[in-house]
Amino acid sequence: MNKVKRILSNEKIVVNTLSIIGVFLVLYALITFGVISKYNSTILVLVLIGVILATSLNVATGFLGQLALGHAGFMAIGAYTAALIGIGLKDAAWIVNLGEIGNLIIFLIAALGAFVAAGIAGVLVGTPALRLRGDYLGIMTLGFGEIIRAIITNMDFTGGAQGLTSIPRIMSFPLAYFVTVFVVVIIYLFMNSRHGRAILSIREDEIASESVGTNITRYKILGFVIASAFGGVGGAVYAFQVGYLAPSAFTFIKSIDILVVVVLGGMGSLSGGIIAAIFLTFLPEYLRDFNQYRLLMYSVLLVITMLYRPQGLLGTKEVSFHDLYIKIKNKFSAKKEADENGDS
Amino acid sequence: MEQFIAQLINGLNLGSIYALVAIGYTMVYGIIRLINFAHGEIMMFGAYFAFYIVFLFPFELPFIVVLLISMILAALMGILIEKIAYKRLRKAPRISALITAIGMSLFLQNLALLVFGAEPKVMPVLISKEPISILGIDVPTITVVTISLSIIFMVLLTVFIRQTKPGKSMRAVSQDKEAAMLMGINVNSVISLTFAIGSALGALGGVFYSVAFSQVYPNLGVMPGLKAFVAAVVGGIGSIGGAMVGGYTIGLVETMTKAYISSMWSDAIVFGILIIVLLFKPSGLLGKNEKEKV
Repeated sequence: MNKVKRILSNEKIVVNTLSIIGVFLVLYALITFGVISKYNSTILVLVLIGVILATSLNVATGFLGQLALGHAGFMAIGAYTAALIGIGLKDAAWIVNLGEIGNLIIFLIAALGAFVAAGIAGVLVGTPALRLRGDYLGIMTLGFGEIIRAIITNMDFTGGAQGLTSIPRIMSFPLAYFVTVFVVVIIYLFMNSRHGRAILSIREDEIASESVGTNITRYKILGFVIASAFGGVGGAVYAFQVGYLAPSAFTFIKSIDILVVVVLGGMGSLSGGIIAAIFLTFLPEYLRDFNQYRLLMYSVLLVITMLYRPQGLLGTKEVSFHDLYIKIKNKFSAKKEADENGDS
Repeated sequence: MEQFIAQLINGLNLGSIYALVAIGYTMVYGIIRLINFAHGEIMMFGAYFAFYIVFLFPFELPFIVVLLISMILAALMGILIEKIAYKRLRKAPRISALITAIGMSLFLQNLALLVFGAEPKVMPVLISKEPISILGIDVPTITVVTISLSIIFMVLLTVFIRQTKPGKSMRAVSQDKEAAMLMGINVNSVISLTFAIGSALGALGGVFYSVAFSQVYPNLGVMPGLKAFVAAVVGGIGSIGGAMVGGYTIGLVETMTKAYISSMWSDAIVFGILIIVLLFKPSGLLGKNEKEKV
């Protein structure tokens, strides 16, 4: 009871929670009343997938400071695991009887499976790869990403190069929204825990961190595994949204796309990554009017941002709805004061 | 046996191309510690340059002239890219420079898409199709030309790096930039020179590649670029000899797996070799071991 009271009295948590719910209600209402078209609501889900992927990669690249170029591989493992679980469960009698809730259960089981599978892959890749540093680690993860893709292409149960079809398309905007919020909150809480700070200390100075007793190897692998496991969850959402998986969706270019979001948002800034994911998913859609110049402008913007703001949009800073609330409140009180002064 | 020798020659052909492109990766990395992801696109542009030179010129030019012109154009392009995109970021975090390189790569691909169109262009026959008979096996002339010209250019490069003054200053800058500056070496022009040479060799590889597969298209540089990069790492990034060894290794392995094991698994095997080399000898086959400083 006391704990509940304490949480409720923390203005920051209350404002942020209410804002998250508020944003959801506004978007959901706009979708239900058709203000946001079906097409645009699909893009919204893609934005959310981008947020999950960027947030998860941020743990490995932003907070742990290790260049990872194979995130699409973990996303692929998550997506295929979830899809296979989904295909296996969708016709089971007890699931069908449950109707809508059945879909939710399918998703939860599949997402858990994706989390575990991608996490195990993370251990297998991370243990040898994290012995290397910097560019070499990047190259190694790139190699593993391509190998994962080659394995998927050559296996029968994954549908090979033709791809995997008949995946139940059970993803909806509310589900995707709350999964995303869940992932971001978990990663935020983790990064602000004792373990999260140990991971940050590795980024700041590996040797100093080791000398104060941080188990470097363990925390590096932990950070890497968390990144890959949640990357797998992102893949699961993707699989149920798109309903069709092909290995060509998980190339090295996809890994780069995710990395670009993280770097552009600011490495080590969860909110920066979220803003960048929203921006970078919408931008190419809105540049569609320019059709063939679209990707050209995207790449030019990318280069210009890097040249003039190499630390990314937010650097390592975080922003939240609460900051916005404080800003607005201050503005109002300042205005009020000005009004009062004007009256007297 | 005959088939084996034929495959061996194919492997050497592909390996020469990878080696040429890998040299560009390795030289740039050696000097400014940047994985120049745009290098594959330089390769692609080199192929387009050759295509348009042949296409637009009213009379037939000798093959070597076509090669030299497209190499010069690519060299200018490489210098320009460095000046515009990478120069400002020499002191920035490494990952920002990396993302910029990726951005340049995307930019050049889309530029090519816009300027040259998405349709693959058929590379004209630049050299006589008459096969040359070696050890009783008919080898296409272009393969012989590719392998021998690649080797000639690699020898020239080695002589240049070892014997000439600019080559010496390149080595100096890659060892210690500050010390080189104190010795009166103009680091900026050395970096430009590095990009010029790397890009010219990349373009050479690109022309050979497009002639061998008789096509030019905007995504031409992506996969061979990545493989050449793998070759540079396998050989030891920063070492020019390593890039050659790595290039031939990857070229031979890829051709042999395609011929004797499975064409589907060849990519996985190439990347598998990369991982094994990195695990047991992270600095590559011919790379120097870098001591870690506290």
